Amino acid sequence: MANAILFDSTKCIGCRACEGACAEKNGNPYNDSIAAQEKISAHKLTTIQTKGEKYIRRMCMHCLEPACASACPVGALTKTAAGPVTYDPNKCMGCRYCMTACGFGAPAYEWNARLPLLRKCDMCSERQKAGKPTACTEACPNEATMFGEREAMITLARKRMAENPTGYHARIYGLEEAGGTSVLMISDVPVESLGMPANLAGVTLPALTWRALETIPSLVSVGSVLLGGIYWITHRRAEVAKEEGRKS
Amino acid sequence: MTVRSAFTFWKLVFYALCAAGIYSTYLRVTGGLGAVTNLSDQFPWGLWIGFDVLCGVGLAAGGFTLVAAVHIFNLEKYKPVLRPAVLTAFLGYLLVVLGLMFDLGQPQRIWHPLIMWNPHSVMFEVGWCVTLYTTVLFLEFCPAVLEKFRLHTPLRWFHAISVPLMIAGVILSTLHQSSLGSLYLLVPHKLDKLWYTPYMPLFFFTSAVAVGMAMTIFESWHSSKAFGRALEKPILAGLARVLVVVQSTYFAMRLMDLTNRKAWGLLAQSRPETWLFLLELTLIGLPLIFLYQEKVRNNPRALYWSSLLVLFGFITNRMNISLTGIERASGVSYFPKWTEIAVTLFIIALGFSLFRLAVKYLPVFQEPGVEEIGSPRARELRRTIAA
Repeated sequence: MANAILFDSTKCIGCRACEGACAEKNGNPYNDSIAAQEKISAHKLTTIQTKGEKYIRRMCMHCLEPACASACPVGALTKTAAGPVTYDPNKCMGCRYCMTACGFGAPAYEWNARLPLLRKCDMCSERQKAGKPTACTEACPNEATMFGEREAMITLARKRMAENPTGYHARIYGLEEAGGTSVLMISDVPVESLGMPANLAGVTLPALTWRALETIPSLVSVGSVLLGGIYWITHRRAEVAKEEGRKS
Repeated sequence: MTVRSAFTFWKLVFYALCAAGIYSTYLRVTGGLGAVTNLSDQFPWGLWIGFDVLCGVGLAAGGFTLVAAVHIFNLEKYKPVLRPAVLTAFLGYLLVVLGLMFDLGQPQRIWHPLIMWNPHSVMFEVGWCVTLYTTVLFLEFCPAVLEKFRLHTPLRWFHAISVPLMIAGVILSTLHQSSLGSLYLLVPHKLDKLWYTPYMPLFFFTSAVAVGMAMTIFESWHSSKAFGRALEKPILAGLARVLVVVQSTYFAMRLMDLTNRKAWGLLAQSRPETWLFLLELTLIGLPLIFLYQEKVRNNPRALYWSSLLVLFGFITNRMNISLTGIERASGVSYFPKWTEIAVTLFIIALGFSLFRLAVKYLPVFQEPGVEEIGSPRARELRRTIAA
């Protein structure tokens, strides 16, 4: 039972109620000037971006196989069974490899803090445990942001598409992107044209580094034996040469 | 006298770099990363990762290549340059750790990867390699200090563990050099196609082996100038031969990789990436033309300049992968703030002065025929121990 968020761009009216609810839930300031900043940052974990007449929502996509969680050397980022990718601020040492790794530009950093931490949407993990939907879903007045089990969200997206075939581009963003995400997006145009990354379809990022990491045990064992062997041969050869030199 | 005035000039440069570095450190500690860097959410890694870490670790590679050559392959000929190479590597790693203290958001938690594991993370591997290999380098350099103070009993302990220690050092280095390339395997969506290849770990390792030797030649040249030592000509010519073989292999692999990935077409686009990529390939390929000639390898000055080209090619490659190749996908432009540059130069200056101090007070250069440091009795002891 993994949960997901469905964002339907055709229903978004750009009221930014999700932004305000998110700020309140996460203890961030929110006012008109922050509302006008259309980018994710340490004090704005989700944002509505205006793209002409249309709106797109940006937030952590909660990948099924998150690059950030595989990148984190201390395991501060975790993909939970319930869906959210959560962050443990007590482990983080601030290497920012997660930020380099993320294909959606989701993790944000407290650049002006003396001992900064990462900030990211955690899909209201605590609220979910209490059986509540995310704060942004609760705030959305027009069913543009929906919350529920991932399968149910996929069904809902397909239903909306079937009911209004001309009103939607017939693809759900997030089914395949970065190996699948727990935030799904639909729109009347491809969401890539609204600024979503187009280069992550069918790419499971953690597999790319794992392929290199899994060779380490054999590299270490074969390497030690090989180097030990070379050491033994070269030094034995020198000993023999010395011995023979003495005899002749 | 020119020597004297040159000396005072570099001393002044050193003090100026220290002053700028210490002031930047103050700003970094009080104001956070935002106050001293041009980093952003879109561009989270800058000069400190690109130069201080990626180049710093690579330039320290002479340590493990020479340990492997002298102790494992038993090529005694290279022994005179072994200890300076180990010293360079040890100082290099200490300075990489120092650089990390500036770059990490929570530097006081630098030890976290040792107890909070994530074996799926390349950074976890990097963290362990830095820790373990710095320890190995410390142990490999310890004998120089013990010899200085004539502590024979602990010297014997070091001798007893030296073989497994050296093998461990070579393996850890191999892992560490290649893992810095593996870091970038995770970002096919960010790193430009000119550089992104699944072979990055292999390329990082091979180029590090080559640059390790170039760095040994570089530092031999400078210490012979600075301390009036005789230059180990046949040794350096020998190193240069190995260097040219490794660098040729690296260069050929890079070209083959471009062919395999059908990436040559990217060079038709006129963009900054193309020019910096071509500059990199030129700096990697050009020294080969020189180093293949025996007269260059036997001419210290020509050899020095060819090695310098190898160093520049290496640095250009690491900067291209960490900065140039990432910039376009990040959507922002990045150029380091003066404080970032000041910290980097401060760290380099520290490296030079620490090397100088170590050479002055410790038995780093030990070959016969060169003026030795210490009393006649110390010299005699050193020879007994070395035998």
